[in-house]
Amino acid sequence: MRVGTNAYLLLSALLFTIGVVGVLIRRNAIVVFMCIELMLNAVNLSFLAFGRAAGSLDGQILAFFVMVVAAAEVVVGLGILVAIFRKRSSTSVDDVDLLKG
Amino acid sequence: MLLGRRLGRAAGWLATALVAASFVVAVAAFFTLLGGAADARTVVLRGYEWFSAGDLRVAFDLRFDQLSAVMAMVVTGVSALIHLYSIGYMAGDERIATFFAYLNLFVAAMLTLVLAQNFLVMFLGWEGVGVCSYLLIGFWFNRRLPVVQPGARLDPDTPDETQEVWAPPAAKKAFLANRIGDVGFLIAMFLIFQQLGSLDFDDVLGRAERGVFVAGGVARVGAVTIPGLGAGAATAVALLLFLACAGKSAQLPLYVWLPDAMAGPTPVSALIHAATMVTAGVYLVARTHVLFEASKTAAAVVVVVGALTALLAALIAIGQDDLKKILAYSTVSQLGYMFVGVGLGPVGYAAGLFHLVTHAFFKAQLFLGAGSVMHANDGDTDVKHFGGLRQAMPLTWWTTVAAWLAIIGFPLTAGFYSKDQVLAAAFSHGGVGLFAWVVGLLTAGLTAFYMSRLVFLTFLGEPRWPEGRHPHESPAVMTVPLLVLGALALVAGVLLTGGGLVGGPLARFLEPVLVGALPAPLEAESFAQAFLLSVLATLVAAAGLAVAWWLYLSGRVDWLEQRRRRAGAWRALASGLYVDRAYELVTVRLDGAVARMADLFDRRVVDGAVDGLADAVGAAARRGRGLQTGLVRTYAVGVLGGAVLIVAFLVVRAT
Repeated sequence: MRVGTNAYLLLSALLFTIGVVGVLIRRNAIVVFMCIELMLNAVNLSFLAFGRAAGSLDGQILAFFVMVVAAAEVVVGLGILVAIFRKRSSTSVDDVDLLKG
Repeated sequence: MLLGRRLGRAAGWLATALVAASFVVAVAAFFTLLGGAADARTVVLRGYEWFSAGDLRVAFDLRFDQLSAVMAMVVTGVSALIHLYSIGYMAGDERIATFFAYLNLFVAAMLTLVLAQNFLVMFLGWEGVGVCSYLLIGFWFNRRLPVVQPGARLDPDTPDETQEVWAPPAAKKAFLANRIGDVGFLIAMFLIFQQLGSLDFDDVLGRAERGVFVAGGVARVGAVTIPGLGAGAATAVALLLFLACAGKSAQLPLYVWLPDAMAGPTPVSALIHAATMVTAGVYLVARTHVLFEASKTAAAVVVVVGALTALLAALIAIGQDDLKKILAYSTVSQLGYMFVGVGLGPVGYAAGLFHLVTHAFFKAQLFLGAGSVMHANDGDTDVKHFGGLRQAMPLTWWTTVAAWLAIIGFPLTAGFYSKDQVLAAAFSHGGVGLFAWVVGLLTAGLTAFYMSRLVFLTFLGEPRWPEGRHPHESPAVMTVPLLVLGALALVAGVLLTGGGLVGGPLARFLEPVLVGALPAPLEAESFAQAFLLSVLATLVAAAGLAVAWWLYLSGRVDWLEQRRRRAGAWRALASGLYVDRAYELVTVRLDGAVARMADLFDRRVVDGAVDGLADAVGAAARRGRGLQTGLVRTYAVGVLGGAVLIVAFLVVRAT
């Protein structure tokens, strides 16, 4: 049976939403990063789906770009995270509240 | 004031010499006037220009005519005597030089007032005497002065009704009451300038003489007209000027400052509040008489107010125990007579001014005599503590007798002539004059009563003064003026009227100045009528004297007991018929209430609004702060929300 493009898009949207919700709700910084990765991958999926649907390789090229950027971003992000959380022992995002009015 | 501290007592002699010199000059000038023809006796001196603004040009112009001459001679003459007296009275006071400086300043201001040729220079003098009055009343500002005051505790059984009074409040009261009147003067000047374009007497007052008037003097508003000044404006100006007179010359309703002004040294009371400053109002009306002729209403107001004031003050005087206060109310009362005189029109001008002159003599004598009595009694002013002083102070006694006879109108004294002339003028004027005549007659009786009471209680009867007091006669420096004034009180009448009951040299001298535009006779109707009226007045005065004798001297009535029995009435009279209380209610209380309301409003409403606004902003901010959680998650939600909105917007727009 042929699975339509829509299914892929639906899955992508679903994954993206789960990622967003995770970013907003989870307090553990590493889990937040994982959710961000989830969002990126969801977008990758939708790129591939559209590429296949358009019959070109553009989608796959873009997915490569995204993966590279994601990797770089993770490196930087985890670096910052480690630096911050070396100071304090907690990994909760809520503890970074110096701008609280 | 410059050399004062070094001159000390000599300052007094210097000041007196200067004023005496002024008097000599005044008399000399007077004789110069006499040399000229009867209707050409005006000298106008144009002085330096004071200021000029737009159409208004005011200079220090002086005018010397018959009216000014009379006033100047009275002012400088009586003043010189009072200066002499003060040398003795104020001896030992450390600020004596300042006192004489103020006195001389006062005389200078008063002379400016009577010698002015335009309203503004006159106002300069007017204000000047007001300021000097304030300075002099408050002269002993650092002393407690025992004055017999009616107060809430007014009970004849209380051994001592003396309360202590500070001078400064009295001085302020005097100045404020004057000021209220000055507002009238100012507005009148504004009106005059607005209507007539000038403040010079020749321009303003001379015009009426060229006005149109109805022959026969029919009493009709506008019978005299001043070109450029409508009947309504003339009334307004005249009434405003009279308001100024009410303030300066202590008439209803602004007389309340005069009794309180007795807190000042007695020579001050004699000079300012008997002989000169308070007569400035009478002079003003006389000088501007054409305005009062142009407005029958204003003239009637002057007569009625004068008559009522005379009566009211005489009533209050009956209830006073303080020597100076009796004299103060007496002054208010006699001033009422003067205003009746000058308010009656041509028939009364000379009479009113004549009374001014004689009153200056006998009232000054009475005040100086009172000072002599106080001097001998350690400054006590309560007549209940006197009695039998005539043996101790014969000179004071006899001179006071002279003045007393004059003020009650004993035949042939100066006061007799002047008072009877006023009453005769009132009677023959008819209309409102008749009312004034009745009131004046009644007041004459009351005057005789309270003045006799004063004399009896102070000089006759049994001594009532406390132990340890040795009343003695005053030094020559004080008794000489008493003698001069006493003599004048007796003979001035005969001299100035030539012995007759109507007219006389004074009236004839003043006639060219005081003839109004109304062709009315300057004197009362006939000798017979005047004689009958005089007899009537004398009888009324004799009745007053008799009652006083019976109550206070005959020993048949315990007047203290009577006073206790009629405590209510006594309290009313003694407190000046509660007029001061009424004023206090209106000004102090009402004002205080208004001020408190304003404060409440300011604090609650205005401050409330401002503070409330600030608080509201603060509350809003406080709630808004909640947004700044500092949590990254919250901000992420915000970003998400914003992104959703934008995408939705774009999608909706594309479809």
